[in-house]
Amino acid sequence: MSILVDDDTRVVVQGITGGEGKFHTQQMVDYGTNVVAGAVPGKGGQEVDGIPVYDTVSTAVDEEDADASVVFVPPAFASDAMFEALDTDLDLVVAITEGVPQQDMARVYKRLSETDTHLVGPNCPGLITPGEAKLGILPGNIFSSGNVGLVSRSGTLTYQVVDSLTQRGIGQTTAVGIGGDPIIGTDFVDALGLFEDDPDTDAVVMCGEIGGEDEEEAAAFIGEHMDTPVAGFIAGRTAPPGKRMGHAGAIVSGSGTGTAESKISALQDAGVPVGDTPEEVADNVEDLL
Amino acid sequence: MKLHEYQAKQVFADAGLPVPDSELAASVDEVVEAADRVGYPVAIKAQVQVGGRGKAGGIELVDSEEEAREAADRILGMDLKGLHVDRVLVEAAVDFVNELYVGVTMDRNEGKPVAMVSTKGGVDIESVAEETPEAISRVHVDPSFGMHPFQARKAVYDAGVERDVAMDVASVLTTLYQLWDDKDSTDIEVNPVMITSDREVVCADAVMNIDDDALFRHADLREMEEEGDTAQDDLEAKADEYGFDYVRLSGNTGIIGNGAGLVMTTLDLVDYYGGEPANFLDIGGGAKASRVANALDMVFSDENVDSVVFNIFGGITRGDEVAKGINEALESFDEIPKPVVVRLAGTNAEEGMEILNTDLVTVEKTLEDAVQRAVEYADTEADK
Repeated sequence: MSILVDDDTRVVVQGITGGEGKFHTQQMVDYGTNVVAGAVPGKGGQEVDGIPVYDTVSTAVDEEDADASVVFVPPAFASDAMFEALDTDLDLVVAITEGVPQQDMARVYKRLSETDTHLVGPNCPGLITPGEAKLGILPGNIFSSGNVGLVSRSGTLTYQVVDSLTQRGIGQTTAVGIGGDPIIGTDFVDALGLFEDDPDTDAVVMCGEIGGEDEEEAAAFIGEHMDTPVAGFIAGRTAPPGKRMGHAGAIVSGSGTGTAESKISALQDAGVPVGDTPEEVADNVEDLL
Repeated sequence: MKLHEYQAKQVFADAGLPVPDSELAASVDEVVEAADRVGYPVAIKAQVQVGGRGKAGGIELVDSEEEAREAADRILGMDLKGLHVDRVLVEAAVDFVNELYVGVTMDRNEGKPVAMVSTKGGVDIESVAEETPEAISRVHVDPSFGMHPFQARKAVYDAGVERDVAMDVASVLTTLYQLWDDKDSTDIEVNPVMITSDREVVCADAVMNIDDDALFRHADLREMEEEGDTAQDDLEAKADEYGFDYVRLSGNTGIIGNGAGLVMTTLDLVDYYGGEPANFLDIGGGAKASRVANALDMVFSDENVDSVVFNIFGGITRGDEVAKGINEALESFDEIPKPVVVRLAGTNAEEGMEILNTDLVTVEKTLEDAVQRAVEYADTEADK
């Protein structure tokens, strides 16, 4: 079992004819993902590596029965692409695009609340169910199939932790990169809830970072609603206030909200062991299993 | 992007908000000329982007040419919390009886904008929020609809603004929301909005921050950014030029990596193992050799740096490209300025290891080992 994606997931790639879209579609197909269509306005009727391209997402859904989309569309057009995807009642939309304007995203977020679709991202590496499917840009070869779920705001930090797990023989059910922007679709609480309901996930790793209050909300959720044990990590302990640390969302406010300390203590209060190093996170997962 | 006060005031004036008469000046003579046109008394305000300018001596109220000269001479060229003051705003002083706070920001937890009004203006709003949160009224706005006029009125009445000026303050808030929306602002605030003895409403200060990710659709604001030259120091200016996410810190272990979370983690590990991080530098995803070389150049430009740790976990970034870039950068030196520790993992890491010139760098297999080695080198170099 897994969450959100498996080998039945039928994917339409928005922006399949662009450089990134083309490259990563190939990578997804090589991994075994069921990419059934592309959607690019004006490019309907073409093919990319044998995958049919349609002008609109709704045609791709009608013709190829797609139930998930991956968005590789430049920032200026990314919110429109997300609106289009949300208009077709897909189960899942994964937005890889980095640099989507915040106000565009606020409008998408409002629209999202009127649908049953899961949106992952934007500004995220996507998600992967090892051995079955990956939607996004994660390097498939470091993942292995198993019983640990993973949810993270950062791509490469996810790889670091997964690598430690895989090397110890601990595989993953699904790994979800939820993205580093201030306004995102699926957040920690959503992902943790899905893992809690997945019978094959025996433990969850959550990698948070400074900024916002998502980790604090996740800690409260874990304390109240989760039986599945969680191991935590928080990046950005040494970040100075007022400086954006790469991710648009990774910023400790001038008044001191969004600090690593606040997140670490909230998680610890909820019984979540928080590692000081990525290796320690893997140690903690071993202990929890 | 942060607008300077004088820029934000211009945007405000163009939108019809009531701002005091003002002029920008860069020399003592210009200040005097501006003050003559604006009319005494005037406030002379340093145009640097730090909070608490007044307390730090960056704002002075003057009543005559003599006082204006004296104040201008002192403020122009002064160092204000590490920033050099080369321009001041000369602004008509406002005779006020009351100060309010009015602002709009993005509430990231709700995913929607929130308008805020408080009768405790003129002081740091974040400390008001902490000490007397009930003194701030908040109204969330649906970003698809925009702010309804009643929402502006509600925010103003809920805050307890005096009735005779309430509608004028609500009108200021409505315009501020419109600007926030039109200009892709992340935060816009006026602190204080002054109420004069004649019951006029005046926007005495102006803070306006713009979403960098939306600058592509605002040519006017990009122009302001260039003219305002908001880089904090030479290194940050260089980072802008190279297009790196870079934050300078005070330590001596330089850090380069890919991906914000992993770079932050590398900083944290430097601290955890007893070192002090010199910077945050994210080369981003899929960096080519030249970009990697630029990153090394960047970190070596910081004279505080005593060692460098290069931590790459390749996803779309390829280890062989990174290794090529490191070789290129280091082979251009007669002598390597400071020791460099490299850890490559992920995509094409093995190919990278084969290419890497190990005469020039120290290679470590794990993140933890690489950081510890770099901290050790930094300590040794610092003792030299």
